[in-house]
Amino acid sequence: MSEIFRAKIKENRPLTNHHYLLTLHPLINIALPNPGQFFMLSVDESLDPLLKRPFSVHRTVEGGFQILYRVVGKATKILSAKSPGDEIEALGPLGNGFPLNISNSENVILTAGGMGIAPMLALADKIAGLKPLLFYGARTAGELLCLDDFRDSGIEPIISTDDGTCGRKGSVIDSLESYISSAGSNNFGLYACGPKPMLSSLSKFCAKHEITAYMALEESMACGIGTCLGCVVKTNEGYKRVCKEGPVFSSREIIW
Amino acid sequence: MQRGAGLFFKGDNLVIDLSVSIGKIKLKNPVMTASGTFGYGDEFAEYFDIGRLGAVVVKGLSLKPKQGNPPPRIVETPAGMLNSIGLQNIGAEKFINEKLPFLRKHDTTVVVNFFGDTIEEYVEAAEILSSADGIHALEMNISCPNKEEGWSIFGTDPKVTAKVVNAVRKSTSLNLIVKLSPNVTDIAQMAKVAEDAGADAVSLINTITGMAVDIKTRRPRLANIKGGLSGPAIRPVAVRMVWECYNAVKIPVIGMGGIVTADDAVEFIIAGASAIAVGTGNFVTPLASMNVLEGIEKYMSDEGINSIDELRGSLICG
Ligand SMILES: Cc1cc2nc3c(=O)[nH]c(=O)nc-3n(C[C@H](O)[C@H](O)[C@H](O)COP(=O)(O)OP(=O)(O)OC[C@H]3O[C@@H](n4cnc5c(N)ncnc54)[C@H](O)[C@@H]3O)c2cc1C
Ligand SMILES: Cc1cc2nc3c(=O)[nH]c(=O)nc-3n(C[C@H](O)[C@H](O)[C@H](O)COP(=O)(O)O)c2cc1C
Ligand code: FES
Repeated sequence: MSEIFRAKIKENRPLTNHHYLLTLHPLINIALPNPGQFFMLSVDESLDPLLKRPFSVHRTVEGGFQILYRVVGKATKILSAKSPGDEIEALGPLGNGFPLNISNSENVILTAGGMGIAPMLALADKIAGLKPLLFYGARTAGELLCLDDFRDSGIEPIISTDDGTCGRKGSVIDSLESYISSAGSNNFGLYACGPKPMLSSLSKFCAKHEITAYMALEESMACGIGTCLGCVVKTNEGYKRVCKEGPVFSSREIIW
Repeated sequence: MQRGAGLFFKGDNLVIDLSVSIGKIKLKNPVMTASGTFGYGDEFAEYFDIGRLGAVVVKGLSLKPKQGNPPPRIVETPAGMLNSIGLQNIGAEKFINEKLPFLRKHDTTVVVNFFGDTIEEYVEAAEILSSADGIHALEMNISCPNKEEGWSIFGTDPKVTAKVVNAVRKSTSLNLIVKLSPNVTDIAQMAKVAEDAGADAVSLINTITGMAVDIKTRRPRLANIKGGLSGPAIRPVAVRMVWECYNAVKIPVIGMGGIVTADDAVEFIIAGASAIAVGTGNFVTPLASMNVLEGIEKYMSDEGINSIDELRGSLICG
């Protein structure tokens, strides 16, 4: 069950020059969001921007939930100027979320690129007991977020950066490749979120190594509830709605 | 307090009558949903009682399911959005079997929007939909390409419009609403053509063809290049067109285009709309249609207006 509700901003903390951690306290009781689910947020009372924007649940906390976001345009800029005590309208939780009981769940790998880290903490909180590995890639060291939160959950991020300023220089897939070859096993369940080119390459990688992978996708959204048909992605069963049948899909389904 | 269809009482005195007539049918209030922005009604039922609506208008249906255009399909533009969904839909048959039973359970008027690639497809779809139980009216979308005439739009050539509306008119006894395209020079003429061909009402406006470019990549923002503009950005155009059609035809006019609040809706009614539809507004908040309904009631009560009939076309010029 999703709800349309008002939420009070508890905290809107800058983490870097363009990343913020938003804590929202819904003014009504809402269903607890599952990792991989998202909320549509209306960042302002005015009709500019007109449409709500989708954000993954980053973490559930006492009294509400958190969103980790990057300022990229109009709505996120307005959101970044909000203060504790301000109220916004939200819709959710929406979408399917990550499947938690995958067959080879004894060896779980989380893979995140850039803002794709946002839903991974919620997932890590849920499956910390399985001792998952986290492969985390970013452009540069300054864009790596929440490392200590993962460490607090007993997960030491395996980092790669495009410019080599932290961890291994290169893509997150390079790191995965060398790990898999040294592990000598492909018996993994993999969860991923990140930019489309990364997910597309990762999908090929997983197909090659016969790894079961679930990926959280992004598309532009208008309604978030399955009615506008704006957010579709091509799958082997035709177009599917990222907001309704997704945002999490099996990598085998997607036609990149 | 509400007692029965669209009638509001204060004490024992009838105060406000929200009901409106659209051809042969009566809606309990003038608030409808615009096709393609309300799905088949089921998703919105999670947020409010869709039985409170004057009418539910469902996503455009064709004879056979249609997969639509490649993504990206939507982009926000100033005070609006462009869409190139490409009329993706589940097809008339699946709608009747899987979606209509749910709608039948609600105390609202069900309007089915439909289209075809050819006149034959329009007729066949109209026949199938007319034989189903629980559909109160058909709304034909003529803003779609005509396969037989080199994909020009059915709704922009008066001769083709007359032909397709005539053909559908003969194939259904249901209330027939013709949804006009705004991408024409003279919309009043098109309304007249629809009226003469037997339409019970006209609805307008559909989206205005537009385009947006990403200046970094120099690519169109929609994979389909062009899309339909909707939302508050098109409202002044829509109000003007509703007023022109209201003055040109005797059949009821259903107004839409950028309605998000009750004030927006009242503008259309004053310009001549018998009923109005909320479209893109449903994406702004799923409660938009209910906010519009409650706001219209409040406006009428504040202004001492007893019925929609009294308000409709009450524009004062000069
Ligand atoms: C299911 C889902 C979950 C999401 N979760 C998060 C999250 O947890 N944290 C977060 O920061 N963002 C997330 N996003 C992306 C977020 O919705 C967009 O960044 C936001 O809508 C941008 O709004 P804006 O008005 O600031 O930017 P706009 O003005 O709309 O766009 C500014 C620029 O950013 C680009 N842009 C817009 N949306 C995206 C996108 N989805 N991906 C890549 N580029 C984009 C545009 O092309 C444009 O160039 C998610 C998106 C989806 C679909
Ligand atoms: C995403 C989307 C899908 C639409 N699909 C249809 C459709 O299937 N058939 C139709 O006749 N109109 C369709 N429309 C047009 C709307 O019904 C309406 O005429 C138009 O959007 C103007 O109203 P608005 O500004 O309130 O949205 C669609 C509009 C949008 C935004
Ligand atoms: S955002 Fe409207 S269908 Fe997904």
